Amino acid sequence: MRRGLIAQAALVAALALVLGWLWQNAAHNLETRKIASGFAFLWREAGFEIGETGGLAYSAADSYLRALAIGLANTFRVAAIGIVFATVLGALLGLARLAPNWLLAKLAAAYVEFVRNVPLVVQLFFWYALISENLPGPREALQPLPGVYLSNRGIFFPLPGSAPQLAGFNFTGGASLSPEFAALLAGLITYTAAFIAEIVRAGILSVRRGQLDAARSLGMTRRQALRHVVLPQALRAIVPPMTSQYLNLVKNSSLAVAIGYPDLVSIANTTINQTGQAIEGIAIIMAVYLTVSLAISAFMNWYNRRVALKGLRA
Amino acid sequence: MRTSFVWAGAIALGIAGPALAQSTLEAVKAKGFVQCGVNTGLAGFSQPDSRGVWRGIDVDLCRAVAAAVFGDASKVRFTPLTAQQRFTALQSGEVDVLSRNTTWTITRDTSLGLNFVGVNFYDGQGFMVHRKLNVKSAKQLNGATICVQPGTTTELNLADYFRANRMTFKPVVIEKLEEVLNAYFAGRCDVFTTDVSGLVSVRGSRAPNPADHVILPEVISKEPLGPAVRHGDDRWFDVVKWSLFAMIEAEEMGLTSKNIDKALESKDPAVQRFVGATGDIGKMLGLDNRWAFNIVKQVGNYGESFEANLAPLGFERGLNQLWTKGGILYAPPIR
Repeated sequence: MRRGLIAQAALVAALALVLGWLWQNAAHNLETRKIASGFAFLWREAGFEIGETGGLAYSAADSYLRALAIGLANTFRVAAIGIVFATVLGALLGLARLAPNWLLAKLAAAYVEFVRNVPLVVQLFFWYALISENLPGPREALQPLPGVYLSNRGIFFPLPGSAPQLAGFNFTGGASLSPEFAALLAGLITYTAAFIAEIVRAGILSVRRGQLDAARSLGMTRRQALRHVVLPQALRAIVPPMTSQYLNLVKNSSLAVAIGYPDLVSIANTTINQTGQAIEGIAIIMAVYLTVSLAISAFMNWYNRRVALKGLRA
Repeated sequence: MRTSFVWAGAIALGIAGPALAQSTLEAVKAKGFVQCGVNTGLAGFSQPDSRGVWRGIDVDLCRAVAAAVFGDASKVRFTPLTAQQRFTALQSGEVDVLSRNTTWTITRDTSLGLNFVGVNFYDGQGFMVHRKLNVKSAKQLNGATICVQPGTTTELNLADYFRANRMTFKPVVIEKLEEVLNAYFAGRCDVFTTDVSGLVSVRGSRAPNPADHVILPEVISKEPLGPAVRHGDDRWFDVVKWSLFAMIEAEEMGLTSKNIDKALESKDPAVQRFVGATGDIGKMLGLDNRWAFNIVKQVGNYGESFEANLAPLGFERGLNQLWTKGGILYAPPIR
């Protein structure tokens, strides 16, 4: 016991030494090269425009802090919608792989194997090219439904009291989804769903076959048996690994940079480049992702405790 | 815990001190090559040719520094950098020189910790639009979707210009030049904006059909592009600065890669000083006395570099002509 304590203390001290050395080194180098440091830049005027602000007010005259907040909101938007749809699509795919229908099961299996073995960034380029190169320009926009316009500027659809209209270069009015947002969302959903499908499948398979048979022999339909007997037990196996998929989705959203969606990392990169304060910028990115990830973990742990068997908590 | 931090600090200072005492020039000489940060691919400025050899006026500046330091223009390695990576790469010491069509501004010169050595291309920002949109002036761009690369002065000038003219626009901001150009050519954007030199270069070298794109007449900013080094090392700053000036001065003196050998026997005292036959200008820089001779012999003068790299793409000398011929290129005297 005592030896363990000493070893641990030594490890902590060694870690502190290394961190201290790195810190000192960085501070010294910044000083000798006269590179600005500190977070005062956050209150300076950003001077650049952001393509989509999700309805929040922003102009180039606003501060870097506000620009970063817009980036964070964009990250949240794509991640939150992505998590919901990836869960739904993943669960359906997982169930489809277990379906008695041979064709459905094989199609779902092929989907999972294909999608999870191709790098996400390649898939993002695919979705982006699909949207920006195949759809017509705004002046020749497709109109799948009255008032809904589909072009390489995105999807424009009417809101009560405001319909999209072609004015000059683009549509104005109504609401819209940009190609960058749509491509990122599609990529994240389809990619993460492939992993979620496997987790759901494994979870259901972890429930003994006898449980289903017993439920059926009690007169439940297959649907009822899944809903009331199998899924509640499967959830215990599904929830913990699902947490990592949600965390992955949030972190993968930073690949937005590649296709021009203005997420937190994209805005922070621009900020770093303009102010030259890479250490502060990276620290902000790390702090934000850490906070978001810990929050998701905390929520999922809470949910896991609710679905876990009482008294069997590890 | 607190004492261990103090101890850590003491050690850190001890290690950090001597490592930094070595100047960039000594470090470069010790490793045997110049590490030069260049554009990932901009025809005329820095782009690998069909055999994988880097070509362009920014690349020639890197070669000139290698010729000055080692007497061998080939002792240079290139690090292709995006607009967003370039400053961190220089600050962190990953590259010794940044020669990547970079605009000289006061923010970059001060708080980013860079020193611009001079200007190797005087430029300005312009707009390129799809011809079918029938736009004749930048003032007609209200509401347009504009493709732009992040981390550039372009991105800032663009916002300024639209603010000043009370117009709005939608930026599509993509880091990689290839990707942002694809988006523009595919019609995702109405407009692509960057320095006029960049527009001329990509229209000539990347557009599926150059005639489909029009460069608008407005030039909305001053973009003096030049090489930069880190703050705090004046010796290295001098070496890079005078390598650039030597190329400009050589053109003014009429010295080229073809005739510089004969210049060794010249009776003109200015030429004698330049080629290192007299005086010890090289030693003042911490270099061989033949430094300028080697630059011109192996890389050529500024005009030769311009003719080889930019003229084939349709660039005019314009402002980038010598001051004696109506431009604003002017090197301080080498004496």
